[in-house]
Amino acid sequence: MNIDATIEKGACMVRIEGEMTIYNAFDIKRGLGQCLGSAGEIRIDLSQVIEMDTSGVQLLLLAKREARRLKRGLKIVSHSQATRSVYELYNLAHHFEDLGA
Amino acid sequence: METEILQTFLSESVELLQEMEDSLLSLENSPNDQDRINSLFRSVHTIKGSSGIVGIESVEKFTHGIENLLSQARDGAIPITGGIIELMLECRDHISSLLEFASAGEAELPAGVAQRDRALTAKVNSLLNGAAAGNEPKEKAQTPKAAGPRPEGDKAETDAWHISLRFGRDVLRNGMDPISFLNYLGKLGEITSLSTLCDAMPAQAEMDPESCYLGFEIDLRSDLDKKAISDVFEFVKDDCAIHILPPHSRIDDYVELIRGLPESDTMLGEILVRGKALTQSELEQALKLQKAGADEDHRGKALIGEIMVNAGMVYPEMVDAALEKQKKNLVAKAREALTIRIDAAKLDVLVNLVGELVISSANMEQHSQRIKDGALMESSSGMLRLVEEIRDSAMKIRMVPIGDTFSRFNRVVRDISRDFGKEIELAVSGGDTELDKTVVEKINDPLMHLVRNAADHGIEKPEARVEAGKPPKGIVRLNAYHDAGSIVIEVSDDGRGLNRGRITEKALNAGLISQGQTLSDRELFGLIFEPGFSTAEEVTKLSGRGVGMDVVKRNIEGLRGTVEVESEDGRGATVRIRLPLTLAIIDGFMVDVDNSFYVIPLDMVVECVELSEADREAANRRSYMNLRGEVLPYIRLREYFSAEGAAASHENVVIVQYAGQKTGLVVDELYGEVQTVIKSLGKVYRDVKGISGATIMGNGRVALIIDVPRLVQTVDAA
Repeated sequence: MNIDATIEKGACMVRIEGEMTIYNAFDIKRGLGQCLGSAGEIRIDLSQVIEMDTSGVQLLLLAKREARRLKRGLKIVSHSQATRSVYELYNLAHHFEDLGA
Repeated sequence: METEILQTFLSESVELLQEMEDSLLSLENSPNDQDRINSLFRSVHTIKGSSGIVGIESVEKFTHGIENLLSQARDGAIPITGGIIELMLECRDHISSLLEFASAGEAELPAGVAQRDRALTAKVNSLLNGAAAGNEPKEKAQTPKAAGPRPEGDKAETDAWHISLRFGRDVLRNGMDPISFLNYLGKLGEITSLSTLCDAMPAQAEMDPESCYLGFEIDLRSDLDKKAISDVFEFVKDDCAIHILPPHSRIDDYVELIRGLPESDTMLGEILVRGKALTQSELEQALKLQKAGADEDHRGKALIGEIMVNAGMVYPEMVDAALEKQKKNLVAKAREALTIRIDAAKLDVLVNLVGELVISSANMEQHSQRIKDGALMESSSGMLRLVEEIRDSAMKIRMVPIGDTFSRFNRVVRDISRDFGKEIELAVSGGDTELDKTVVEKINDPLMHLVRNAADHGIEKPEARVEAGKPPKGIVRLNAYHDAGSIVIEVSDDGRGLNRGRITEKALNAGLISQGQTLSDRELFGLIFEPGFSTAEEVTKLSGRGVGMDVVKRNIEGLRGTVEVESEDGRGATVRIRLPLTLAIIDGFMVDVDNSFYVIPLDMVVECVELSEADREAANRRSYMNLRGEVLPYIRLREYFSAEGAAASHENVVIVQYAGQKTGLVVDELYGEVQTVIKSLGKVYRDVKGISGATIMGNGRVALIIDVPRLVQTVDAA
């Protein structure tokens, strides 16, 4: 798993690669938390995620809720097959994907 | 250790069976009370579970079918009918006898019991099979009795199962993922709707990324049965909250679900939609109204329930039920935390020790007064005060309200009214009157007897009552209250009353009275407590009272109590029992007769006067005196106890009152108040009249405790 955040055009761009599972949940939480701590819009790229479990979904839900609380924009700009199938199952697709459009 | 567990189990199951009975009796009046059905199920479920743990197979096996039956009743598949309640009551009694055999360590059940076991199991099974054969639960549940005032609105429209899941925090850490459960569920049927809830997730700082905070509300269309669906969650069932409602569940079940859900009040409306109690459009309308209302008066979102009711979208009972449940839970929890279970023997030891402490501190006080050391006297009286407080609170620990005992008679009265075709109501008052636990235990049987008598012989059949101009429904009343250091328990009925003619006749036959003797009501009714009356069966049939009343009286007297009967022909009878509040320690009034000490229970003492010279002179001729214009009978204790010494130069009268009657006790000297620890007299002295016990005084001497009730009766009889 690899998570890196860069500032692109005033937005915080987070790219997560590999597995978003309970094994690296702490690291992902920290990474997303740092992003939320910085300024500007947040964009999350999940296109390189090869596996996501419930802990991953929870962290995305947490990030969205936190961003809304801080009145910051948060978009998931791209998805992978692995992430899509999880939110479809959880019936959360509208929650994440409409913002990605 | 093993027997300890067994003991705990047995005492617990007595309570559980009582709960079961209470639930059943209240279901008889309101068969749709979901709370009662649930608590009934819980009682049986717990009995089954714990009998399995302690290894009482007979009970475990027997309760299994009942549990299934109740589980179906809970889901609305089997309606609670009078027949089922009857059967359940029989089952309850059977479990109780099974437990008795198990606790006696008998491996083999007697043939009769085993046969009943089979018969009841067969009945339960046939009901279960009936439900399975009829299968369509919606048809079954809609018997006229189960249907409420809105037969149409009682059922949800949906034909899908509703599954409500709240995963436990540790699910992910334990290597399980809700994803796999939902995937599997998807294979069992069609998931028509699924909502993911993350309201339980805390703010970022506290959120633990390895914990699971998710909950799901799922609607599933599937042909499987409930067991197959719940088996999906087999591995997580211990740390998850799982609720499964079958298709076409009753609205009540959805209400129950809402109550069980942890989400906030403001989620109520949405949950109702998820539960299909409301359609989406109805919810949207409600939300609109709520918004408008909030703009108007800023009362906030919490009112969503009210708005939906006002708009006629949900039934008020659904919302009320949700709120009321929360309140009840709080109260129940608070009560749970406030009680602890203690072995009664430990308490007895404590009370005994406190008794000894009272004696030795009184001893100390006397010594310090003799020494006349100021500091010593001060600390000694301080200690005495504390010891008194300890005594009071130790006695209070033993006090229990009599209400629990009273409520047990519901069943007795119910059974009698059914068996004899009568209509009887049991009215209980004063249930929170407290008395010593030992007394409560020992009074149970005599009370049972009296209640049974009142319902069986006192209350007439409905037709006879109507003829006599009374309402067809008879009332047996149980009442308890405190009165001057004793507790009074009354068992009354509004039935036919005692038959004077029959009692007189019977007493003549038994040689208890002689021909031509005129008796007051009180004396006459007192006869029914005579042993001669007890075995005569025809009395039972003809006039009523009498079976075993002598046993009742003996039991009550064993508790230092008294019993009397009042009766009004055609209007009913009242049996009044008076019992001392506690059995161990009393406040006493110490007196001296011929250099012997006697203690009179203080709460019966009204006043003390000096016996005037005129009265002393007349004493040989009469045994009553003039107390401010009132005639007061008195007893000279000197004569009563046959003290030999010459009369003292001054005599005093202690006026005591018992059961409304004043009597004077003539003594030599008055010493005043003392704390008295009652030591019972040995068997040899049991029949000594006028003495109820003894006590050891601070100086080591023995003082006898006067049995005021008996003495007062002596005056009565004279």
